[in-house]
Amino acid sequence: MAAHFPKGKIIENLIEIKGVTHAYATASGPLPVLDGLDVSVPKGTFAAVVGPSGCGKSTLTKLVAGLMKPDKGEVWLHGEQVKGPRKTVGMAFQNPVLLEWRTILENVTLPLEIVAPKMPKADRRARAMELLDMVGLIGFENKRPSELSGGMRQRASLCRSLVHKPDVLIMDEPFGALDAFTREDLWQTMRDLRHAEPFTAVLITHDLRESIFLGDQVIVLSDRPARTQYVMDVDLPDDRTLDVLFTPKAADMLHILRDQIKIAQGRLEVGE
Amino acid sequence: MLSKIATPIIAVIIFLGLWELLVWVNDWPNYKMASPSDLPPAFWKYKDLFLTMGWQTLWRTVAGLMLAVVFGTLIGMIIGFSKIARDGLYPLLIGFNAIPKATLVPVISLIFIGQHDFNTVLMAFMISFFPIAVSVGIGLSTLEPEYRDILRALGASRFTIFRKIALPKTLPEFFGALKVSATLAFIGTNLVEIVSPHGRGLGALFKSGETNGDYPLMFAVLIALAFLGIVLYYAVIFLERIFAGWADREEK
Repeated sequence: MAAHFPKGKIIENLIEIKGVTHAYATASGPLPVLDGLDVSVPKGTFAAVVGPSGCGKSTLTKLVAGLMKPDKGEVWLHGEQVKGPRKTVGMAFQNPVLLEWRTILENVTLPLEIVAPKMPKADRRARAMELLDMVGLIGFENKRPSELSGGMRQRASLCRSLVHKPDVLIMDEPFGALDAFTREDLWQTMRDLRHAEPFTAVLITHDLRESIFLGDQVIVLSDRPARTQYVMDVDLPDDRTLDVLFTPKAADMLHILRDQIKIAQGRLEVGE
Repeated sequence: MLSKIATPIIAVIIFLGLWELLVWVNDWPNYKMASPSDLPPAFWKYKDLFLTMGWQTLWRTVAGLMLAVVFGTLIGMIIGFSKIARDGLYPLLIGFNAIPKATLVPVISLIFIGQHDFNTVLMAFMISFFPIAVSVGIGLSTLEPEYRDILRALGASRFTIFRKIALPKTLPEFFGALKVSATLAFIGTNLVEIVSPHGRGLGALFKSGETNGDYPLMFAVLIALAFLGIVLYYAVIFLERIFAGWADREEK
């Protein structure tokens, strides 16, 4: 469990999703993606969301970000019902979506131009440099995104999603397109960023190792239309290193999650 | 850098050489095909006319092209952002673009009788706005949703998203279309100058060459038009370097 909320204490849920049902209109009629979904993420928690492909995980991120309204049910952030976009959210996607015509530094300061238009340029720059330093991109701030490797671009993208100090970071498979070694590097960067500046996070992923390395809790969604099928508290040390993934404890957790995914895919009966 | 300038010049010299050779080998008289060596005397003889009429053609073309940029971008924005507008406007745009513009010369000369400058600019505009409208429209409608979402999630307005993301992201497509439009605009200007000559523009000079049987003059006009087209094209390239230079990947 994360250090910033010891067990046993009554804690405020920063993100609260209550009975959310949502369907997309398609040519062949409505396609239900979420069916009475309940998710609570306490303040400061890193929630990793896993589930079968196409089960509605990305829809979940859009609902939390206020980019979409659910057909039924409610999404609460900070004790306020989400009715539209909020300035306190940071987003990162599988595609780093950096603006090619801006330098890395200018990309990172972009959210500040929207959220804090009156902030002096020097302060914006200083804030961006602070984050670029944390992810090891000092010296690349004046390069264009096309001059950077995939992993570096994703690092810059993470800096951009954190530059305005959001209280919720929503990530939709941010490491999905990276090679295995780069991905593990970025897991550690993510962990360090979180230690430096605590935030609540929702991470959509397909990688179970990633979910237990980064998550405080792992939420398994069922197949479409998605419900919460299983929630696992990740009982690993706070300052975990990659080695923790090779312990028997981690192996057990991964095994349980693997079975839960199989159940969600309908390939394993409950209790089998 | 030197080869960047030298290569196109050498290419032009080789082209002129082959042209000269072709005329010489076939022993064509200059009413069939003038040779490059006939051209300098023609230019020299009418140098004042070339300067004034070339300028008339150039400014009217550029004015029409600027109108095309403004209206083409506006139409592109409308069809790029609204699906209803896209469905409604596309057939009209494509139908209009399919009309041979030569058939419109008598129409607009009748509507705006005597307004020769206006008619010429209008034609240059009508023939050149289509590529701009379509490319801006496609650029905006194919913007990946994530690009919008990173700003939309922060509560940015549609206009801010357009200004900070959609507009700069569409610039490479816009300049691609502008290169096509720049040469099209010349065709529009010359259509009016040739079909409904008012003694203005290189088209009228061409027409007078035809009337007087001055074949080297006609060829000289064609070369002058090609030259102006190249100048305008490189002006567009220059603007592209400034505003969309980031899209140019350096070769490594």
